[in-house]
Amino acid sequence: MRFAHSFEVIVVGGGHAGTEAALACARMGARTLLLTQSIDTLGQMSCNPAIGGIGKGHLVREIDALGGAMARATDRAGIQFRTLNASKGPAVRATRAQADRQLYKRAIRSMLENEPNLSLFQQEVADLALDGDRISGVVTVTGITFEARAVVLTVGTFLGGRIHVGLDQYSGGRGGDPASERLAARLRELPLRVGRLKTGTPPRLDGRTLDFSVMGPQPGDEPPPVFSFVGRVSEHPRQVNCFITKTNERTHDIIRSASDRSPMFTGMIEGVGPRYCPSVEDKVVRFADKSSHQIFVEPEGLETQEVYPNGISTSLPFDVQQQFVRTIAGFEHAHLTRPGYAIEYDYFDPRDLSASLATKHLQGLFFAGQINGTTGYEEAAAQGLMAGINAGLHARGEAPWTVKRSEAYLGVLIDDLVTRGTREPYRMFTSRAEHRLLLREDNADLRLTAMGRKLGLVDDERWRLFEEKRSLIDAGGAAAGAQIDARLPAQLQAELEARLKYAGYIKRQEEEVERQRRNEETALPADLDYATLAGLSHEVRQQLLLIRPATIGQAGRVPGVTPAAVSILLVHLKKRSLTRRSHVA
Amino acid sequence: MDATDTIVAQATPPGRGGIGIVRLSGPKTPEIAVVLLGRLPPPRMATFGRFLDTRQEPIDAGLALFFPAPHSYTGEHVLELQGHGGPVVQEALVARAVELGARRALPGEFTQRAFLNDKLDLTQAEAIADLIDAGSRVAARAAMRSLQGEFSVMVKGVTETLIDLRMYVEAALDFAEEEIDFLADRALGQRLQEVRDHFDEVEQSARQGRLLREGMTVVIAGRPNAGKSSLLNRLAGYDAAIVTPLPGTTRDVLRERIDIDGMPLHVLDTAGLRTALDLAEEEGIRRAEAEMLRADRVLFVIDAIEDPAGNAYREERQRLPGDVAVTLVFNKCDLAIGVPVADTGSGPPRITLSAATGQGIDTLRAHLKSCMGYHALDGGTVSARARHLEALARARAHVEEAVRQLAERRAGELVAEELRAAQQALGEITGEFTTEDLLGRIFSGFCVGK
Repeated sequence: MRFAHSFEVIVVGGGHAGTEAALACARMGARTLLLTQSIDTLGQMSCNPAIGGIGKGHLVREIDALGGAMARATDRAGIQFRTLNASKGPAVRATRAQADRQLYKRAIRSMLENEPNLSLFQQEVADLALDGDRISGVVTVTGITFEARAVVLTVGTFLGGRIHVGLDQYSGGRGGDPASERLAARLRELPLRVGRLKTGTPPRLDGRTLDFSVMGPQPGDEPPPVFSFVGRVSEHPRQVNCFITKTNERTHDIIRSASDRSPMFTGMIEGVGPRYCPSVEDKVVRFADKSSHQIFVEPEGLETQEVYPNGISTSLPFDVQQQFVRTIAGFEHAHLTRPGYAIEYDYFDPRDLSASLATKHLQGLFFAGQINGTTGYEEAAAQGLMAGINAGLHARGEAPWTVKRSEAYLGVLIDDLVTRGTREPYRMFTSRAEHRLLLREDNADLRLTAMGRKLGLVDDERWRLFEEKRSLIDAGGAAAGAQIDARLPAQLQAELEARLKYAGYIKRQEEEVERQRRNEETALPADLDYATLAGLSHEVRQQLLLIRPATIGQAGRVPGVTPAAVSILLVHLKKRSLTRRSHVA
Repeated sequence: MDATDTIVAQATPPGRGGIGIVRLSGPKTPEIAVVLLGRLPPPRMATFGRFLDTRQEPIDAGLALFFPAPHSYTGEHVLELQGHGGPVVQEALVARAVELGARRALPGEFTQRAFLNDKLDLTQAEAIADLIDAGSRVAARAAMRSLQGEFSVMVKGVTETLIDLRMYVEAALDFAEEEIDFLADRALGQRLQEVRDHFDEVEQSARQGRLLREGMTVVIAGRPNAGKSSLLNRLAGYDAAIVTPLPGTTRDVLRERIDIDGMPLHVLDTAGLRTALDLAEEEGIRRAEAEMLRADRVLFVIDAIEDPAGNAYREERQRLPGDVAVTLVFNKCDLAIGVPVADTGSGPPRITLSAATGQGIDTLRAHLKSCMGYHALDGGTVSARARHLEALARARAHVEEAVRQLAERRAGELVAEELRAAQQALGEITGEFTTEDLLGRIFSGFCVGK
């Protein structure tokens, strides 16, 4: 059955990538449909109940500067706010919030439901509708066909998911959700390279059975920071504490003695796990000399007793989980509400995408989020936003919009993915950004909001505030007697402090950016025949064929590509243009 | 690769030749010409001049030709310096241009620029690709030859200490919630200092490279009337010093820059070592001793007629710096009756010669040449090594700046930025060290993450 009217863009998946994607295209004016397995889980936080952090907070601010949802939802759902690295310089300072899962979901759903141009529909997608090498829509499990010019797939949690608890394993998606088996099977038929990754979660605990008095309280900052440039502290709900406790030698002994029942160590899990998010058994084995590991006890929300013990993610058998949890100070009588588990899932090699996040093989098909091998809500949302924008542009027949590495962490994220690929779940760190001093949380709006306005992503209210801020900065922060918006003084101070502190470095980095500009803007034709280009080594040729970089700048960042190879590409481009010119003449 | 850079390279093939040409191309060419030549030569006119180093002393002299853009080979401002062939002089000119803001050209880069600026036609495009390809293979081989033995071990060592430090600094920035606030730790300053010391060591032991770039400084010392000034005149090829049969003729220090097969040598003649008879001589001896402290080698001249056993060296030894390399030169062998004691294998090398007749001078030249390690390096390797030393110097400058940022502002992210830049410079020698590599080190070194 064909659905009555067609859309310009269909977004499949209602997680952090899907919601940002759908909101972005709708804001740009495209008729958008968000298709999800369950409207009730839109904006679900599937892992720990926190948003932001170092590198990740930077992404959230950038999404916000482009009119995205994540920061605004966090301001309404955050039950504890902190500025990390507060004692360090502005470039590495980052906002992090604990969020109430229910409030977060409610905030996201309300934004989706109030967005003109956006429709929601609940049904699992089973197939893609194709017209030659172009996407023309999707087909649901009950056979409804939805037509659109562009489709964004954000179905990463978790494709072909396999859950491990001890030596038991079963098929499943995040939490208790079913895995998208049919779509996964369909996607595997496409000429895209598939890999397997792994991640894990800790068991959840019933707060009523814990003794918080023996744990160290960790309060939020006072006054609490706000996430969104347009946010206000008054939007925050009631604020609560987190707590810190730690493992001890007894915990480690129990974990060690159960290693023969760990799917990690018995070789049952083949997927590559994130090195920065090791399971507790991994920590105990790899860092045998450490007698204790920190655990952050994070509340799941204001209306629930469940807590999230961050730091003891595990796939050990449930009886071992129960045993080792109860050796921990404050957890002696803990009741586990959900077992911890490891999950293996499919991802598609992001090197098969262009910087607009469009697949190179099927026109109009975009991928965003965990499907591309990333981990984290913020990384997913960032890609969702970019894919949504580009799907909107594609539907209108316009050229894609991308950001450079020197402009945003969004640019770093996507360039890393499409140029270098990833072998473990990719997470953002500030050390990934060579222009770290330029890419700060405080200036995300100054870097991106004007571009967002042009794309139609930024509403009048945000634009008015932004213009006021910009004119105040141009005036050196001085607002001679004028009434200024209450949100601005803190923002101005941050910006002016950074400019003062980094003056020489900002200049140096800007000069470097300027030097690279020509290469970044020199396009490499998509049909360039690397196989016949003289002077390239076999290895370089293979790499270029694999990545098909969009610009000379990107080519230079492809692993193995030497400066000499870049020179040869430049000579070839010139030769091509001369040949064209002489043909025209 | 960027056309806004000014590039420099030797245009004639490396190795020894009568004439060597160094070429610059790019926007900064005129300003570099002004400093290097003292003025900008008139367009397209062969102009004779001296090519000056930092101290305004000539590196070489020859013809300079300036071609303003766009009427040049590359279409940019081009300067050609036609001087004496020989890898070391040529290399010194290239290094000087780099010092003044040029960048060493990549293989085939001049031709590439010419092509990109419409100076060459389509038929030449394939040839350029070949040129770049072949050139970069040759350069890669030269770089590998430079990166052998002790030098390579040292570069690896300094790179490792830098990576180790970065691991701590970056982890402290990206994992603020972990228990590794290394930036607040006093040990950071200490580790940074260690990295700096390491660079010092590399620089000192990369002496061979420095010698090739700047030339070796040789001090002629010895008792009065041993024939030190005669030896200087013989090496210089003309009467640079006043020579009399009277002991104590040379009072002040005399300097000469000479070439041995294109390799620069700074030779210093000094006052004879003895108990001074007057104030002027006393000052002369003091200066001689000061020069020996800075010398790469001391030629201790002994009068073979008066002192065939070389007792003078044993007696004056305590005046010489403890760690300086010494060669004993037994002079006046044409007149000496007894043959001086042969080289025993222990103690300083001995050379027998006559400054008056020139007998044995070639042996001394060959000896000096081998002291510089010159025999081991061909022209291509010389410039590869120079490139490596420049990268090391840049890395070191960033480490210095990191030390300053830490001391004055305790700014971890700026320390990190300088260390990243230092690593990037070292990467030109050791190959790229990516963020992935760094993260790998962090995750295997620290238990981070929840």
